[in-house]
Amino acid sequence: MTPEALLGGFTNAPVQSALAFRSALEALARPGTLHNLTGALPPPPMSKAAGVLVLTLCDGTTPVHLAGPHDCAQVRDWITFHTGAPLVAADKAIFAIGTWAALQPLDRYAIGQPDYPDRSVTLIAELRALTQTGPRLTGPGIKTEARLSLPETAAFAQNRLQFPLGFDCFVTAADLVAGLPRSTKVEAA
Amino acid sequence: MTDQAYNFAYLDEQTKRMIRRAILKGIAVPGYQVPFASREMPMPYGWGTGGVQVTAACLTPVDVLKVIDQGADDTTNAVSIRKFFQRTAGIAVTEATQEATIIQTRHRIPETSLTTGQILVYQVPIPEPLRFLEPRETETRKMHELEEYGLMHVKLYEDIARHGTIATSYDYPVKVEGRYVMDPSPIPKFDNPKLSDSPAIQLFGAGREQRIYALPPYTNVVSLDFDDHPFQPSKAPHDCDLCGAADSYLDEVITDDQGGRMFVCSDTDFCRSRRAAGHVGRLGSAAVEASE
Ligand SMILES: [Zn+2]
Repeated sequence: MTPEALLGGFTNAPVQSALAFRSALEALARPGTLHNLTGALPPPPMSKAAGVLVLTLCDGTTPVHLAGPHDCAQVRDWITFHTGAPLVAADKAIFAIGTWAALQPLDRYAIGQPDYPDRSVTLIAELRALTQTGPRLTGPGIKTEARLSLPETAAFAQNRLQFPLGFDCFVTAADLVAGLPRSTKVEAA
Repeated sequence: MTDQAYNFAYLDEQTKRMIRRAILKGIAVPGYQVPFASREMPMPYGWGTGGVQVTAACLTPVDVLKVIDQGADDTTNAVSIRKFFQRTAGIAVTEATQEATIIQTRHRIPETSLTTGQILVYQVPIPEPLRFLEPRETETRKMHELEEYGLMHVKLYEDIARHGTIATSYDYPVKVEGRYVMDPSPIPKFDNPKLSDSPAIQLFGAGREQRIYALPPYTNVVSLDFDDHPFQPSKAPHDCDLCGAADSYLDEVITDDQGGRMFVCSDTDFCRSRRAAGHVGRLGSAAVEASE
């Protein structure tokens, strides 16, 4: 383990994780809204927002899959040291982290069971930028409609068809996060 | 000042993470009951340990907490929970609905409309709406999976056959986004319409039964009914005797042993605010009380 792995965690975990959770909750409960997540400094290529989500939600009971460039020694060590989460293959993951391209193919992930739809993966998809433009979102949490700069629409539309099964997604860029639960209907703008 | 013998908001970080993950899955599948490993809390189950754990997992130091029991801020239960979080989280508290960021409730939804940024946390005794029809958890899970809700309608229809109307007046079952049938907790059915399309996040915690479920804002919630017997939110056919409100849920209060009685708002903050604003009910002396 590199000495850098010991750095960049929360300095006041109870308060920082509480604030971060509320941002994550608002993000997932109101798809299309953008929220700041700060307080962690994960090693690249992981964004600050993704690092905060990991510190807030992951621990020894939540297997994590690192996809593509995120699956590097620095990120592995950082997650292991700060959360104790086991690093696993995609099909075993409760959380999966990577660029949208690296997270593919999506049919590798757990989408829950018909009697336990909660037993499904949460994807943390790292984007270059996050804006309230692009595909149209409707559904629970959205008063009329919202827009979000998602990398595509097809995969999310397909995911919606499986409801109540499916993956849930946080999209992150720098210190911004937005949520996209499986309940959201995503259409081309 | 928080009591340093406890972690922030009492629960340890690992427990809060587990509850937070359950809340997020609940948000993702509105109305579905997510299992969670409920912890022992320093209060009896009947005191809303499920709601307390959900509140503990949501609280931040900048929150303003309101706790109500049957609409009242001043019952033993509400006061104890409020003090518990003042002591363990050092947060601010309020009785004013519009000032609160988190409202923990037992058996009521506040009369004052909730707003974006607020979270309503319900204490739930029995989260499974199908439990009285089917005691086995494996079977009720199957019924939810297959959307086998016919028995629920049969039960409500038996009400109509027996009483000429749907007699269920609390705990009235709802369907969420056309998918899951959900128990709204023992709120009066008068409150059911407020479940739907609320700007606030609604979270439900059942401690003994170890379930968390959720309604994101602007979620469609429909009370079960029949074409020939549409759902009707009902209340006592009176105005509040203290503030004159015609549209609030009322409690009947016995005032003497001669059979005297009055009807007053169950939501004490709502009633007090109206009286403070000069509204007067049938018992005019209320205005004096309000100006104290
Ligand atoms: Zn009143």
